[in-house]
Amino acid sequence: MLLLGAAVGAEVLRDGLYGEPAPAQSVLYIRSGNFLKRASVSNASLLADTYWIRAVQYYGGTHRSKASIKSYDLLYPLLDIVTTLDPDFTIVYRFGAIFLAERYPDGPGRPDLSVALLQKGIRADPLKWRYEQDLGFIYYWYLHDYGRAAAAFERGANVPGAPWWMRSLAAVMFSTGGDRRTSRALWQQLRETADNEWLRNNAAWRLAQLDALDQIDQLETIVRTWAGRTGAPPDSWQTLVRAGWLRGEPLDPTGTPYVLDAGTGRVGVRADSRLFPLPVEPGA
Amino acid sequence: MRVIGTIAISVFKESVRDKVLYNLVLFAVLLIGASYLLGQLTAGQDMKIIKDLGLSATSIFGLFIAVFIGIGLVWKEVERRSIYSVLSKPITRVQFILGKYAGLVLTLAVNLAVMTVALYAVLGAMMLLGPPSLVLVLDAPPLDPRLLLAVALIFVQLALVTALALFFSTFSSPILSAVFTFGLYVVGQFNADLKQFDQVVNSSAAAWLARGLYYVLPNLAPFDIKALVVHGRPVSTGYVLLTAGYGVVYVTFVLVAAMLVFARRDFK
Repeated sequence: MLLLGAAVGAEVLRDGLYGEPAPAQSVLYIRSGNFLKRASVSNASLLADTYWIRAVQYYGGTHRSKASIKSYDLLYPLLDIVTTLDPDFTIVYRFGAIFLAERYPDGPGRPDLSVALLQKGIRADPLKWRYEQDLGFIYYWYLHDYGRAAAAFERGANVPGAPWWMRSLAAVMFSTGGDRRTSRALWQQLRETADNEWLRNNAAWRLAQLDALDQIDQLETIVRTWAGRTGAPPDSWQTLVRAGWLRGEPLDPTGTPYVLDAGTGRVGVRADSRLFPLPVEPGA
Repeated sequence: MRVIGTIAISVFKESVRDKVLYNLVLFAVLLIGASYLLGQLTAGQDMKIIKDLGLSATSIFGLFIAVFIGIGLVWKEVERRSIYSVLSKPITRVQFILGKYAGLVLTLAVNLAVMTVALYAVLGAMMLLGPPSLVLVLDAPPLDPRLLLAVALIFVQLALVTALALFFSTFSSPILSAVFTFGLYVVGQFNADLKQFDQVVNSSAAAWLARGLYYVLPNLAPFDIKALVVHGRPVSTGYVLLTAGYGVVYVTFVLVAAMLVFARRDFK
């Protein structure tokens, strides 16, 4: 015990004097899911779980990293391996679809890979209407392709057991394309049908962004009205508060004050708000 | 029958004395540790992963027990020369082989039973103590009784591997027996490829040989229904019964072969 204590002490001393070793870079030595499936010798599901944990850790680690440049290069290969090892692993398709499509720095910004992953899921289980729901959502929110979104919702609606609102979504896509009410309905559906906390939190975050966009619209209306009466936008929120137009400095849903551009009269979220940057809305 | 039972009980007691059942402690620690850690490491699907881990560990631990004890069953008696005193008693060689086999299968059965209870206990604890979202996202209920189907086929598969290990142990050294048994285990997972060999080669003779090997070698892949059960996919009773029946017939074939080889051995 004494010797072990001495060894630990020596290690602590070395780390203190010369610094701790740098963490290993993420490397994916084997990229073939089919090879891994054979190598697992009837334990492919367990190996899929291992790669799934790795994919979650990889995404979470990269997302939270303070590095100036974030690389999500291994996210798709990891998810591809998991879904080859265990084609019925539903959450992987749904998780992957959303987080592959997220714009940098929240994700790699690759909705094309989201589509590829979801199509793989649909091939594996054509009766899972949720894959079509997610596919429609990716086309709608990230790719702004309302025709394909409508087609995906329509296909999903035709799957036995699909909920009635899938057909409504298809109809809305065909008729109105992108608007905020549709976006809100889609994110709400996603939050309610999410398989895990990450997806639910992400949907809640998107809904808060949509609330912020609603509030920004209202604030910009006030600013425009002020500018119409005085000839120029207000120089700060305080001007509107003093004039009794606002009760106080307006806050976004996370409690961070909105930013007012006194030159243009545009309102936005502050760069340190959790809602920044706001999404480019479908139909915008 | 009594003689076979006595030998079987002595094999079971010996495995208990050799601390074989200690693997159960490792299994329990693995499951309980994983059930705690998974909550921190994954984004949901904890129950699915625990089921995969429990079933795979049951299969892997059982495989090691079947092979490493199976290969020494006969060899140890010969090496210690205790075979002379055993066979000098009113015990036939057939009874000896069957008793040894039954003893190890009993050890495996006890092992699998305890592991299954532990798996259900951990799943039950997760269901009671974990957040409700753990249960909502599952393809199959947490305490799905169909897990028993997967365990039952794992048991039959292990019984077949035990028979193979015992067969090799009747004429070969433990190292060679282990190599042969593990070799057949791996081949048995992939021998479906042999059936489609005609798509790879042009020679019809080679294709027929491969097809023959497909039927002769033990086909172990069909015993694996772990993923289907965990995902709540249908597995018909007919499939389970036919696969188990195949296992029983193959075990009988291997045991008869082991008895024939052992009967011809000269211990003088």
